[in-house]
Amino acid sequence: MTNNEYKKIVKAVDKMPAFPNSVHQILALTSDINCPPKKLLNVVHHDPVLTLEILKIVNSHYFGLSESVVSINQAAVFIGYNTIKNLALGVAAMGILPKGKHAGLNMTKFLHHALATASICRLFHRWSGGSEAEATSYFVAGLLHDVGKVVLAEHLPDVYEKAMTLSKSRNIALHLAEQMMLGMDHCDVGAMLAEKWSLPTDIVAAIGQHHEEQLTGVNSVRECVIAANTVAKKMALGDSGNPIIAPLPAEVESYFGRDIDALITALTPHKNELDDVRSFLQA
Amino acid sequence: MKVKFWGVRGSIAVPGESTLKYGGNTTCIEVRTDDNDLIILDAGTGIFPLSHTLLANMPVEANIFISHTHWDHIQGLPFYIPIFVPGNTLKIHGAFDPISQQDIRRVISQQLEHCYFPVREPELSASLEYITLREFQSVKIGENTTVTNIFMNHPVLNFGYRIDCNGKSLFFTGDHEEWFNIYEPGEPGFEDYQVHMEARNKQMVDFIRNVDVLVMDTSYTIDEYPAKAGWGHGTYDSSIRTGREAGAKKLFFTHHEPTRTDALLEKVYNEALKRNPPQPGDPEFLLAREGLEYEW
Ligand SMILES: [Zn+2]
Ligand SMILES: [Zn+2]
Repeated sequence: MTNNEYKKIVKAVDKMPAFPNSVHQILALTSDINCPPKKLLNVVHHDPVLTLEILKIVNSHYFGLSESVVSINQAAVFIGYNTIKNLALGVAAMGILPKGKHAGLNMTKFLHHALATASICRLFHRWSGGSEAEATSYFVAGLLHDVGKVVLAEHLPDVYEKAMTLSKSRNIALHLAEQMMLGMDHCDVGAMLAEKWSLPTDIVAAIGQHHEEQLTGVNSVRECVIAANTVAKKMALGDSGNPIIAPLPAEVESYFGRDIDALITALTPHKNELDDVRSFLQA
Repeated sequence: MKVKFWGVRGSIAVPGESTLKYGGNTTCIEVRTDDNDLIILDAGTGIFPLSHTLLANMPVEANIFISHTHWDHIQGLPFYIPIFVPGNTLKIHGAFDPISQQDIRRVISQQLEHCYFPVREPELSASLEYITLREFQSVKIGENTTVTNIFMNHPVLNFGYRIDCNGKSLFFTGDHEEWFNIYEPGEPGFEDYQVHMEARNKQMVDFIRNVDVLVMDTSYTIDEYPAKAGWGHGTYDSSIRTGREAGAKKLFFTHHEPTRTDALLEKVYNEALKRNPPQPGDPEFLLAREGLEYEW
């Protein structure tokens, strides 16, 4: 890596917006199935950007509503609270992930992969008896595990596109191609950003180590992220931009006491719900 | 026009001794227009026995309208037998899903993924057409029939469909819960929500106005309802209210709660009628029953 590129990456991470508070609240509220509708609508109501984004979707031609919907209460009446809740989650998730053009990444499929990983990660946490209070952290960790890719694609588009091409043409893992081209990979960059956002250390570590082949110590968030990421790829939920599906590290297998196929089998009844964001919250 | 119920159960099919009279299949309604065009409302398990009656008169063209994509309304689709026979036509209508950003084709292509079903969608022999509908979009069937839709109140986008043919009409709610205010009286938002709710309810009632046949999701009793508020289903009392407001001539209660035995179903129906004594101009209130036909 040239010194120049390293500086660029540090600067890019530095320029990233702060982690929006309303997004954090929405993630927390949407992972609680008993959350009263008015609580969530209130959060949306107090975030004009979120409100506008949701109304934009509700008024889009897909819905073809006869009159235009101008408030979040009206939207909840017209298309149902549950649909609004899911739109809010989608928009909030989009809000965390940087916008704009991204060299080589298909952002729709990328977001699908991120959301699928997020909800599988949270499911794994629940299956291993984890508390509801922590469920959101697992969702966030899954959602953001690849956020480094977006930073790189946005701020070093030329080099990043080359890394993606290299990964595809030589059939090597994307993070290895990133290391060859940049001297660092999306795990490092993602961890830098997570640190800047002051996310809990186990989430920072999970993002930073999710492609490590040999793991030291035990970090439940990291184990769940790695397993969820692998499962999401095997189940072809979205596309992370990485052509390689690495085997599950032995440490992760022993953490769950199951191999990858057993994990997928356990998830199969959830396949339809994982396919779309809608039901991510009903789990 | 003729309507025939092939599945009247909500949530899951419940075959067995205690449901012999009203039937255990999930939602599927056959409508025949005056011109004998075939319209199928929802594709629950009831579509399987319906499809057997069609085999004698192939090729068959079916216009399927999916209210929403919860399992109990689509799970029979891969067992609609004419789908495997060349020459038959199947037009599947339904809503776009704004969350997954997929059109109505998803309803069949996802069900036919290899881990769920041995035949893939491209391998189906019938000619398939998918029509993703916007709200209030009207679809012409044959010479004299139109089908229009309106969004109802359910956890996923759910179309209620109105069929009009030569001055005769039918409306089917799909799954629907009467709107309720999510705020408490006095809380900020309460009045705003109330205004929108009442406006929306009026819009729905106007849409249904004076139908000959109204088929409504009537899953719960009012005693069961408080524990299930927000689940997206109606009660006998809310259906009766809507039927009256809209001036429907016949109201069929359907989407029967799956644990409701034949005997219990008649009991809660009778109780509901007693609680809501007849008023002039009332619709005729009827329990939808598998195999029940009505022609007008
Ligand atoms: Zn249903
Ligand atoms: Zn439903």
